[in-house]
Amino acid sequence: MTKKIKINRHVYWNPYFGGFLLGIIILFTFYLTGRGLGASGAMKSGVVTIVDTIAPTHAENSAYYSRFISEDKSPMNTWLVFEALGVLIGAFISGGLTGRIGWRTQHSPKITKKRRLAFALGGGILFGLGAQIARGCTSGAALSGMAVLSTGGFITMLAIFGSGFIFAYFFRKNWI
Amino acid sequence: MGPLIPNGIIPSDWDSIIAILIGIAFGFVLEASGFSSSRKLAGVFYGYDFAVLKVFFTAALVATIGIYYMDYLGYLDVGQLYVHPTFLWGAIIGGIIMGIGFVAGGFCPGTSLCAVAIGKIDAIIYVVGIMIGVFIFSELFFLFEPLYEGAFFGNITLMDSLGVNPYWFIFIFTIIAIVSFVISDIIRKRNKKIFY
Repeated sequence: MTKKIKINRHVYWNPYFGGFLLGIIILFTFYLTGRGLGASGAMKSGVVTIVDTIAPTHAENSAYYSRFISEDKSPMNTWLVFEALGVLIGAFISGGLTGRIGWRTQHSPKITKKRRLAFALGGGILFGLGAQIARGCTSGAALSGMAVLSTGGFITMLAIFGSGFIFAYFFRKNWI
Repeated sequence: MGPLIPNGIIPSDWDSIIAILIGIAFGFVLEASGFSSSRKLAGVFYGYDFAVLKVFFTAALVATIGIYYMDYLGYLDVGQLYVHPTFLWGAIIGGIIMGIGFVAGGFCPGTSLCAVAIGKIDAIIYVVGIMIGVFIFSELFFLFEPLYEGAFFGNITLMDSLGVNPYWFIFIFTIIAIVSFVISDIIRKRNKKIFY
């Protein structure tokens, strides 16, 4: 009996409720700033900052990094970096309230921790690469793009989920 | 009339503070909806958990309906909003690569940040991976440049591409979303339950 009384940490909000609030946040963001949300942009700023600190001449000569470097402003001083810091704080509060905080690696019992981490690294590399090619990730391109009915946003959304479903077969052992 | 900061109704000094506050709300909602769990996110691709589909489409619809309704009422000028530009092949190929990354790693950048915040080690590795991916792209930019800059159609919307009325499009899109929610529930009931 005691086990049942214990709070289930993996009970989450109703998805429609979460989606509704998320939609209100996106609406509010557009109303205030005229732009949408993002996530991969902050990580790009991080990479630009690291490269600019370690190899400044290389960063200035590069055709890509140099777009995000200016004389008077650090590449970390962007809207998306502040927003990403907020995401970390907000998720920490939510996780803290429900007792989900803790160091752990989540994976299917059928695979090892090592395998999970290797696939996480590989998946991250692909996502980082794809997000640069498409100029935004699920938040910046797909979700914020769809909110203003951007053609590119809809195409990116269809491509992400379409390819996810097609390639899901090859990764099934990791999840089910 | 909105957007408030570009029109100078709220001074732009508030930009960074607003960014953090919006980020906190964004992170809280994502984490509370279960998006810090890679196994929950990946469920959409295997039919055992459709939270991603439901949250994502509900959010897109609420935001779109809200934006167009506020425009109709005169509180917000849709024409002043930033429209994600369309680089056709970049959007398709980038999206396909992101899809593989999603199903392999179980996160997207926003959700991985949420998982990092509650201490998931796989998410930390995933973020490191994203940064390596960005680094590879930047170093090999000369290879990706034609794809990145090519097939540019401008900051177009579906009204430009399809010639549809936005209100009708939003209405049809809502119907499609509701039908997909019903179908997803039917699929989930047929599939074996997975506990995680």
